[in-house]
Amino acid sequence: MDVLPRWAEVILVPLFSLLLAAILSALVILAIGENPWNALKIMVNGAIGSSYGWGYTLYYTTNFIFTGLAVAVAFHARIFNIGGEGQALIGGLGVAFIALYIPWPHWSLALIGCAAGAAAFGALFVAIPAYLQAQRGSHIVITTIMFNFIASGLMVYSLNNILKPTGQMEPASPSFPDATHLPSLFDIAKVFGATTFRSTPVNITLFIALLACVLVWFLVWRTRLGYEIRAFGQSESAAKYAGIDPTKITMIALLISGGLAGLMAINNVMGEAERLVLNATEGAGFIGIAVALMGRNHPVGVFFAALLFGVLYQGGQILSQDTTVPVQIVLVIQALVIMFTGALDNMVRAPLARLFFALRSRPVAASIPAE
Amino acid sequence: MDFLTFVQLADATVRMSIPLLLACLAGLFSERAGIFDIGLEGKMLAAAFFAAAVSFSTGSVWIGLLAGLAASLALSVIHGLASITLRGNQLISGVAINFLAAGLTVVVAQSWFKQGGRTPQLSGASRFDGLDWPGALTRVREIMTAPPPQQFYSEFISGHSILVYFAFLCVPASWWLLYRTRFGLRLRAVGENPAAVDTAGISVVGLRFTAVLICGLLCGIAGAYLSTAAQAGFTKDMTANRGFIALAALIFAKWRPWHAMGACLLFGLFFAIDNRFQNIQLHAIWIIVILVGLSALMTSYALRRDRIDVIVLGGFSALLTLIAIGMWIGLTVPGEVSMVQALWQVVKLPTQLIQSMPYILTVVALAGFVGKAIPPRAGGEPYVKER
Repeated sequence: MDVLPRWAEVILVPLFSLLLAAILSALVILAIGENPWNALKIMVNGAIGSSYGWGYTLYYTTNFIFTGLAVAVAFHARIFNIGGEGQALIGGLGVAFIALYIPWPHWSLALIGCAAGAAAFGALFVAIPAYLQAQRGSHIVITTIMFNFIASGLMVYSLNNILKPTGQMEPASPSFPDATHLPSLFDIAKVFGATTFRSTPVNITLFIALLACVLVWFLVWRTRLGYEIRAFGQSESAAKYAGIDPTKITMIALLISGGLAGLMAINNVMGEAERLVLNATEGAGFIGIAVALMGRNHPVGVFFAALLFGVLYQGGQILSQDTTVPVQIVLVIQALVIMFTGALDNMVRAPLARLFFALRSRPVAASIPAE
Repeated sequence: MDFLTFVQLADATVRMSIPLLLACLAGLFSERAGIFDIGLEGKMLAAAFFAAAVSFSTGSVWIGLLAGLAASLALSVIHGLASITLRGNQLISGVAINFLAAGLTVVVAQSWFKQGGRTPQLSGASRFDGLDWPGALTRVREIMTAPPPQQFYSEFISGHSILVYFAFLCVPASWWLLYRTRFGLRLRAVGENPAAVDTAGISVVGLRFTAVLICGLLCGIAGAYLSTAAQAGFTKDMTANRGFIALAALIFAKWRPWHAMGACLLFGLFFAIDNRFQNIQLHAIWIIVILVGLSALMTSYALRRDRIDVIVLGGFSALLTLIAIGMWIGLTVPGEVSMVQALWQVVKLPTQLIQSMPYILTVVALAGFVGKAIPPRAGGEPYVKER
């Protein structure tokens, strides 16, 4: 089988996969008695038809960029970090401790402190599965799944027994002090006299997410460490032969991955809720898997895939408000995207490759009789 | 704790462990044939919904069970297509199946029944009722005054649904199928070395598909048990991570049928304890001894190994020791409770710790400090016939 040209591999395969997922989702919507075209219009309009919709879409996008990058970095070392959800939850715990117990004078300092805390908590939480994978050969997928559940147990305990103020029923931390409130994009727009993004949660963390994309690109493709991570992912034995320490690379790749997942907490915990609540991540850690697969593990791809899922997520909320379609339709679409881009990608790739092969070999075949 | 409490706890353990056991055996067949399946959860959930929905509409729980099996088998076929035929990533396929089931069940339930993603309550012939064995007492008051053997018989042996007895029969059946038949030998071989099986002229694809379908059947029964026997109807996300706990039990049991039953009963016991006893208390000193002891063990192990072991295990030990010291200081009240008295204070164990025990034990089993769990060698790898 011939290899696809690079542009087709990067753009056509995900696009066709997405198209297949969209067709199946449309069939599902049709089957439950709604008009798919109408549903699509409501979703797109709800997500990007107004600055309010954009505000939510970009807020979700920020979450998904962090978790998508987290999965992507580990994928480069051919490690499947399925524990982004747990790492992001624990990152939230780090944000809560640092925002609540340190008297920050200004939000910018608080942002640096909380970002460091979130990343450190996320990274430390993946340290044990990473160590077990690197030194003991325990399968990272299973250990990180288990750690997701341990994380949610830890969160329930911490919220109920440590962070919850006495007398409060809801398992949630107190609100963070005013000095730690991050400026939302609406606050920034106000400075310029505009009123875009009014009462939406999108905040300055979006720029940190974009910065993280650039830094991940630089790390993976422009540093020695990134080269070692990719080499290790391509062939563990070759990497070992070249003097790359597999233990070190596994640990570092996963710590970076966990740190990125943890960083998500500065968006949803510090930027939006401004306190820690139960299930703060709302499944964003798992959407990171779909985002990384869809984005082909490249920061640019991750950004666009995160944006797509942001649209999907916000559009799904609006769809469930306006029609009888429940919000879980987003889960269905997400599942189909993961299925087609991650597991069934050969189904799309093989016919495409055959098509390209046929197109390319025709002139050659025609020239044979002339000889 | 009197005898009846003990029997009731054992009874609850059995009820809690049945879905785990069926899903665990399902995973056993699939993984022994070299197909990783983290989609057990999704298959159970889909089966639970379709079993409940169809038995509600037809009024017959057996037709419901068939529908549940069909749903679970359909997802199995997708998993098989993705991971065997198209040689895709088995883990990612499993993740997708979980999301697909979590989403579709609610979307379809809402469309069919309009009750916020649940089915209506099941009753009568649309449920699996408990089978009362001859001579068994059924009224709580009679059981409470009965002699211990009668309590044991009425509460523990009798009164379960037929699926419970079926699940326990599955254990020796699986063992026999895997270890005493030609099919079982081939199935285990295909999970260890598919090339050898292929060389012997046996279809790798056929064997693996059979294993994946058996997995689908057992997951389907597990799901149907949840919605039509354990509870009366489907509710959103009703499997509540049981598929993952079953996966944990499978690893804990090192992919062996009898051990799987042991692991599932143990994990079922954690659920039963958690349901029945909300307050489990210990003297502070024992918790401190356990935490510090664990830290000491881990550190002494790490010191004999590499630098990375010292950093990670040492750091973890330090954390555990800090928790122990923190708890000790937290219990000390200046002027009222001295440091020594604080050691004898009673501390309530967090319920979350009991609930997390299956997950923690699985990580410990995987870590291999106490008997290493080694998966089938060809697990997770698609088989390519020719290179």
